Amino acid sequence: MRTKLWKLALGAVAAVAMATGAMAEEPKYGGILNYVVGSKIPSYDAHIETTFGMIHPIAPFYSLLIRVNPSEPASNDFQCDVCSSWEVSDDGLTYTYKIRDDIKFHDGTPLTAQDVLATYNKIIFPPEGIASSRKAFYKMVESMEAPDDTTFVMHLEYPSGAYLPAMASPFNFIYAKKDLDEHGYTWHQKNINGSGPFVFVEHQPGAFVTGKKYENYHHKGRPYLDGFKAISAPKLSARVQAIEGDRASIEFRGFPPKQRDDLVAALGDKITVQESDWNCVLLVTPNHEHKPFDDPRVRKALTLAIDRWGGSEYLSKIAIVKTVGGIVFPNHPLAASQEELEQLAGYGRDLEANRAEARRLLKEAGVTADQKFLFNNRGVDQPYRVVGTWLIDQWKQVGLNFEQQVNPSPVFYDILRKTSEFDVSIDFNCQSVINPIADVSKFLPSAGNNYANFEDAQLEDVYDKLARASTLDEQRKYMREFERLVLDEKASQAITLWWYKINPYRSYVKGWKIAPSHYLAMQLDQIWLDK
Amino acid sequence: MWQYVLKRILLMIPTVVGAAVVIFLLLRAMPGDVCELKLGGEGAYVDEAQIQLCREQQGLNDSIIVQFGDFVAELAVLDFGTSMWTGRKVAYEMGLRFQLSLQVAIMATIVAIMISIPMGTLSAVYQNTWIDYVVRSISIAGIAVPSFWLGIMLLLAILSVSEALTGTRWTPPLDYVPIWEDPVYNLSMLIWPAVATGYRYSAVATRMTRSSLLEVLREDYVRTARAKGLAEQLIINRHALKNALLPVVTVIGIEFAFLMGGLVVTEQVFNLNGLGRLLVDSVQQSDYTMTQGIVMVIVLVFVVTNFFVDILYAWLDPRIRYS
Repeated sequence: MRTKLWKLALGAVAAVAMATGAMAEEPKYGGILNYVVGSKIPSYDAHIETTFGMIHPIAPFYSLLIRVNPSEPASNDFQCDVCSSWEVSDDGLTYTYKIRDDIKFHDGTPLTAQDVLATYNKIIFPPEGIASSRKAFYKMVESMEAPDDTTFVMHLEYPSGAYLPAMASPFNFIYAKKDLDEHGYTWHQKNINGSGPFVFVEHQPGAFVTGKKYENYHHKGRPYLDGFKAISAPKLSARVQAIEGDRASIEFRGFPPKQRDDLVAALGDKITVQESDWNCVLLVTPNHEHKPFDDPRVRKALTLAIDRWGGSEYLSKIAIVKTVGGIVFPNHPLAASQEELEQLAGYGRDLEANRAEARRLLKEAGVTADQKFLFNNRGVDQPYRVVGTWLIDQWKQVGLNFEQQVNPSPVFYDILRKTSEFDVSIDFNCQSVINPIADVSKFLPSAGNNYANFEDAQLEDVYDKLARASTLDEQRKYMREFERLVLDEKASQAITLWWYKINPYRSYVKGWKIAPSHYLAMQLDQIWLDK
Repeated sequence: MWQYVLKRILLMIPTVVGAAVVIFLLLRAMPGDVCELKLGGEGAYVDEAQIQLCREQQGLNDSIIVQFGDFVAELAVLDFGTSMWTGRKVAYEMGLRFQLSLQVAIMATIVAIMISIPMGTLSAVYQNTWIDYVVRSISIAGIAVPSFWLGIMLLLAILSVSEALTGTRWTPPLDYVPIWEDPVYNLSMLIWPAVATGYRYSAVATRMTRSSLLEVLREDYVRTARAKGLAEQLIINRHALKNALLPVVTVIGIEFAFLMGGLVVTEQVFNLNGLGRLLVDSVQQSDYTMTQGIVMVIVLVFVVTNFFVDILYAWLDPRIRYS
C-alpha cells in the first residue's frame, strides 16, 4: 500500500511538472539530439566512475540488467532491460533473472547470462587490483551463477530492501565476457562495446561524444533518434546560451531558477520546464574531535538554529534547493511524515522557540559569542556557496560565529577527508536510484565516507537491523529510530535542504520525463524530436 | 649571427629545467588528491581501499624523489606521461586542443596587428589631434575592458542582433571543426574570441607603437631624412616604423605566447576546448601529470617565441647581435 502511495506521490510530482509534450503523442523517428554536459569524462568504465559527466554521454551505448522505467523515472518502477523477467524465492534470498536470447553487442557478439555474470563479478567481486566503486552496495550478495545462457541467479546472505534498487544502478553497464577475458578488466576504461540503443561513433575529449542509432536494439521500435551529440560545456552560461541559440536542446542535470526564468522569458513556449525533488542533499558535518562540537548540546544547537521552512521559501528562488526533509528522500515511503519531521530538532515550526533552545544549550555548554569557528565549504556556486552563506547567517542568530572558508574542490576534500582541519564542514549525499536503506549508510560512523570523526555502536546496531528488516513497516520503524538518533538525540550530523531539479529544454524534445536523479534514464531510447 | 643564435639556444635549457622543477614542487605542495576527486567527487560512497588502489596505480604513493625521477625521465624524451584523470596520454590530450588554441592565437594576433600598427602610427603622426585622442581612447578602453567581459557582451549582442534580423536567436557553434574541413563553421565559432582577445591585445600594441614611433620620429636621422626632402610617407614607412617596431615585436611575441595557454576565461565564455580550459580543469582535478605537461608546453612556447623575438631583434637592429 505504501509503495503504491509512494508511486502515486512521485507520479503527482511528475504531473505537476510543466511538461506539455509527453501526452500520448505518436513518437516520430529521426533527428539528432544535441545536449550539453557540464562535467567531464574521466573514463568510459561506469563500474569505476561516479560522475554524471560519464553517465550522460556514455550510458546510451550500454544496456543494464534491470533499469528504472525510463518513461516513468520518478516511480522507482524497475523494469527488465536485458532480462525478460525475474523471480524472487519465498525467503527473499534467491533472485533468478531470465536473460533474453535476442540481444547482440554492437560488435555482433550475442549477449548471454555469462556476460551478465562476468559483469556483476567485476562489480561485486573484482579481482585484486581492480577498482569497483559500488561493490559496497552489494554486501548482501553471497554468490551468483549462470547455469545456462539465459539464466542468471543471485544468492543473498540476507534479504534486503536495498538489493533491487542497487541492481538497477545506471552505472551497472553490461560488458561482454569476451572483452573482459580477451582484453582485461581495464579495457572498458578506453573502449566501448555495449548493447545499448546507440553505437559509439566518436569522442573528442573535452569537446563532444557522438553516437548513432543501433538498428538491432532489443527494445523493438526504439530508439527514435538517429543519433545524439553530447557536447561538453563546463560553464553554466555556455549551457544556457547553447539552449537559447538552439545549439543544444537540453541539459539533463539541471539549471538554477534564474536560468530557468531567463530561458522561459527569452523563448516562451519554445521552452518546456520539468521540475522535481532531487536525490541529493547538503549535510552539516561537525567535527566531533574538535571542541566544543564533541558536545551533543552544541551540535544540537547547530541544527536548532537553522530555519529550514523559511530557507526553503527564500533559497528556492536563487538556488537548486527547496524541500525540507529528513535523512530519507522526501515523499518516499520510508521518509518521515510532516508530523514526524516536526518532532526532530530544528524542524519545529516555531523558529523562535528553536533558537531560544539553541541559545540555552550553547550557554549550558559554555560556548560564548567571542569564540570563532571554522566552516569548510566547497567553491561551487550551486548550491554550496549559497547554502553555506545562509548557514553562517543562521548560526549567527544564536551567537555562533563561523568563518567560512570556501575552497576549491581538491582543497575542500583534503580538509574534509584527510586533515580534518575544520570545526564544521559542508558535505553532501548524492545518489542515483532512490535506495534509502543504502543511501542513509552515509550517516554511519563506520561508513568510510562519513567525516564527522566519531564512533557510535548504537547507530551501527540500529542500521544493521534496518538493513536486515524485511517488511516495509519494520524498515520504517528502524529508519525513524536511526533518523532520530542522527538528527536529534546525538545530532551527529544535520540535513540542510534537499536539492530541487529544474530542467528547461526545447519543447520539440519529447518522451523525456524528469527523474529524481541526474544519473537516471540516460539511455535516451525513449526520447524523440517533434521537428 | 650564428654565435648569437647558439647563445640564445643554450640559454633556453636552464629556463626549461628551472620551470620543470618549480612546477613539480609547487603541484606537490598544493593540497588535493586526484583519486579522492575522481572516485568521490560526486558524493557517492567510495571505499578507502579503492582510493588507495587508485593512488597506487597513479604512482602517488611513491616517494617525491621517485615521482620527480619519472617526470624528468619522461620529459627528457618529450613524453609528458599519462593523464591521471582520463588515463590518456597527455600529449594526445594537448594535441587535440593545441590546434584550436593556435588558431585563436594566430587570429587574435592578426586582428591585433591589423588594428595596432596603423592606429598606433596614425596616433603618433597626428599627435595631439582629434585622431590621436580617438585612437588613445579606443586603446585605453581595450586595456581597461577584460576580454572575457567583452566576449560576454559580444555573445549577448549576437543573440539580440540575430533575433532582430532573423527572428531566431543565433549563437556560435559549440564544437570545433578544423578550418580546412568547414571554413565557415570554423570561423563562425572562432572569430568572436579572436576579436574579443585581439582587441585587448591590439590596445597594448597600439600604445606601444605610438610611443615608440614618437620617440623615433624625434631622432636625428629622421630629421636628416626630412632635411633631405624625402616624402613623409617614405620617412615613416622605411626609416621610422622599422626601428619603432622593436618593442612592438616584443609585446606581440609575449602576448602570442600568453594566448596559447592563457585564454582561460575567454575559452570558458565561448566554450572553446583549448589549452587554457584543459589547464584549469587539470588543476581543479589535481591531475599532476596533465598540469605539468601543459605548463611545460606553455613554457616551451614562451621560450621559443622569445628566441624568435631575439632573432627578429637582431635582424631589425644589427647592433644587437654584436653587443
